[in-house]
Amino acid sequence: MSTAAATLRTSATNARRMLPDWVWGAIFVALAILYPYIIQGLPISNPDDLLDASIYTLGLIIMALGLNIVVGFAGLLDLGYVAFYAIGAFVIGWLGSQQFPDVAGGKGIHILTPVKSAFGSDVPGIHVNFFFVIFIAAVFTALWGVILGAPTLRLRGDYLAIVTLAFGEIVPRIFENSTSGIFGIGSTDFSNGRQGITPIDKINFPWTDTTFRYPLELKPVYWVGLGMVLFVIFLNRRLRDSRLGRAWIAVREDEVAAAAMGVNLVRTKLWAYALGAALGGFAGVFLGTYTNTVNVDQFEFGFSVFILSMVIIGGMGNIWGVILGAVALSMINRYVLKELNSVPDTFGLDFDVTSISFGLYGFFMLVMMVLRPEGLLPSSRRKLELHGEVDESDHIGAESDHELYEVRQQG
Amino acid sequence: MSEQAQQSQAQPASNGGGALLEAANISKVFGGLVAVNDVSFTVPERGIVSLIGPNGAGKTTFFNCMTGLYKPSTGRVYFNGRDITAKRPDLVTKAGVARTFQNIKLFRTMTAIENVQVGMHGTLRSRVTGMVLRTPFNRREEKSAYAKARELLNFVGLKRHNELAMNLPYGDQRRLEIARALGSEPKLLLLDEPTAGMNPQESDELRRLMETLRSERGVSVLLIEHDMRVVMGVSDYITVLDHGEKIAEGSPQEVRANPRVIEAYLGSQA
Repeated sequence: MSTAAATLRTSATNARRMLPDWVWGAIFVALAILYPYIIQGLPISNPDDLLDASIYTLGLIIMALGLNIVVGFAGLLDLGYVAFYAIGAFVIGWLGSQQFPDVAGGKGIHILTPVKSAFGSDVPGIHVNFFFVIFIAAVFTALWGVILGAPTLRLRGDYLAIVTLAFGEIVPRIFENSTSGIFGIGSTDFSNGRQGITPIDKINFPWTDTTFRYPLELKPVYWVGLGMVLFVIFLNRRLRDSRLGRAWIAVREDEVAAAAMGVNLVRTKLWAYALGAALGGFAGVFLGTYTNTVNVDQFEFGFSVFILSMVIIGGMGNIWGVILGAVALSMINRYVLKELNSVPDTFGLDFDVTSISFGLYGFFMLVMMVLRPEGLLPSSRRKLELHGEVDESDHIGAESDHELYEVRQQG
Repeated sequence: MSEQAQQSQAQPASNGGGALLEAANISKVFGGLVAVNDVSFTVPERGIVSLIGPNGAGKTTFFNCMTGLYKPSTGRVYFNGRDITAKRPDLVTKAGVARTFQNIKLFRTMTAIENVQVGMHGTLRSRVTGMVLRTPFNRREEKSAYAKARELLNFVGLKRHNELAMNLPYGDQRRLEIARALGSEPKLLLLDEPTAGMNPQESDELRRLMETLRSERGVSVLLIEHDMRVVMGVSDYITVLDHGEKIAEGSPQEVRANPRVIEAYLGSQA
C-alpha cells in the first residue's frame, strides 16, 4: 500500500511540476470563482443547499487559518477560540443592526449603507458598511486577543489550554448577561440575552444602496466570502515566510533558545494571539451577517473544538492542509450529514444522522490519530516531528529542561 | 587564598577601561543549594577567557546568570559599561552577548539557514506591515539576511545549508549553534562546552575558529570547556570554579601549576 501511495505521490509531484506554481494558483482561484456555476451543472438535487454549506465553510476556513497561526505556527494550544468568533459577531451585531434604536434621536447612524428600508421607512440603529465592519472587528478582536493572551504568556501546554478554555466560556457568558450595560457600565442592552441580535444588515458595496439578497441569491455573498478567504491566505503566507513567522516556529520549537537568540517572547506570542484573534473576528462578522443572527448559542465550547479539529486533521502549520481540513469537516457537518439523513430510513432505522455528528467526528479523529497523526496535508516540519528519526528520550529531556530556566517574560 | 592574593595575580591586561563583561560578586542559590558563591569575573575586550572546573562546579549556572536565563541571587553583571543584571534574555542578546548551549538547543525542524536567520532576529528591523506588504525595505533586508546567514554558515564550515537541524551530524549541530549565535552580531560569544562530542581534529578546527573570530571580527569569547588541550591552547586567561566558588585564576601556566586546581581535579592526597 505504501508503494502505491508513493507512486501516487511522485506522479502528483510530477503533474504539479508541469506548470509553474502561480499557474496552479490561478487555476484554483478560477475554479473557486466559477464554483457556483459548476455545482449547478452537477447532478445533485439541491445545488443551493451545497452553495449555502460552502459559504458557511468559507467563514470557517478563515477561522481555521486564524487558529493555525496560534496553534500551528506559534504552538500555543488555544481551546477558547470561539471567544473571538463571538466578539467579531457582536461587532457586526452592534454596528449593523437595530440593536441601538435610540442613537441619533431614533434616526439612526448610516455609514455607506441604505438609509431607508425596502418599504421606504427610516431604519434606526447603527449601520456601518460591512466592508468597514470587517476591519473594525478585526482590530477590535486583535485588541481582545492581546488582552486575553497577556495573562497566559507564562503558561505552557495543558495549563495554557485550560486558561484559554475558560476564556472561551467567559466571553459568551458576558455577552449573554449584557442586557443592561456591559461590565456593569450603563444600562443599554448589548445582546438581547439569549434571544440574540437579529436581523443583521445584509452586505452592500459602499458605492451602492442595493444590498445582497441572500438567502435568496447566494452567489454574490459566496464571492465576497471567497475574496476574504483569498486575502487571509495571502496574509498567512506572507507572515509564515517572514521574520515573525520564523520567530513563531522558533518559539514553538524551543522557547529558551528563542529568547537567547534575541526573540522577544512576549511580543512574538502576543502577535500570534492578536493576528489569530483578528481573523476570528473577521470571520465572525461574515458569519454574523450571513446567518442573520448573533446569538450566544452559536458560541459553544464545541465550536472551539470543531475549529481545532480542522487544524489538526488538516495538518497543523500547513496553510493548504488547514484549508482542506476546514472544507472536509465543515462540509460533512453542513452538507454530507444532511444528505445522508434519509439513509437510515431506507434500512428501516429511525434516527437522525445529524444528531450523531459529534460521534462521527470522534470516530474520524480517532482514525486520523491512529493512521495519520500529522494530518491530511502536514507541514514538512510536523511530519518529521512525528515520523522522522526523532529521539524521543532526547525530546522529552529537552522539554523538561525548560523548567530549569527562569525565562522571565514580563517587564 | 585570600581575595587580596587573587587580586594581585595577573589580571587581564585591559582590565578596568577595557573590560567588556564584568560580573561582580555573583551568587546563585537554589533553595538551600549554593550553586555559585560570590564569583567575580571579567572578560577583556578581544579576549578569549575560559571557565573551567569539575562537573557540577556551577559553570553553566554562572553562564545562565550572565545571559539573563537566571536572575542572580546577588551581584551585578555589567556589559560594555551597562548594567545587564537580570535583563530579559533577548535584551541581553541585543546588547551584544550571544551564547550556545551545553545540551544543543537548535530549532530542530528548521533548516540550518533558518536557524541562523532566527539568530539574526534582533538585528532585523522589518515591521509586521512591512512583512505583509513586502515593502522594498523588507525585501532588501530579507535578501541581505539570507546572504549573511549563508556567509556565517560558510564561516563555521557547515556545508549543508538547507538540511534540517535535526538531521545534521553532532559536530555540525555544534557548529550551527555557533553560527546561529553569531547571527546576532555579538561582541561577546559564550560557548558552553562547544567541543563536547567532537573528535580531536574537529576540536582543533574550533580552536582556530575562535582565534579567527577574535582577529577578524573582534569578537571576544568566554568558553566553558573540559578539553584541556583546547582550553590551554586558546585562552588568555582562565578562571577555575569548584563547588560554586572561584578557586583560582590566571594565565594557563599559572592555573596549571596551582595546587588547588590540581586538588579539585584529581582529589586531595589524603
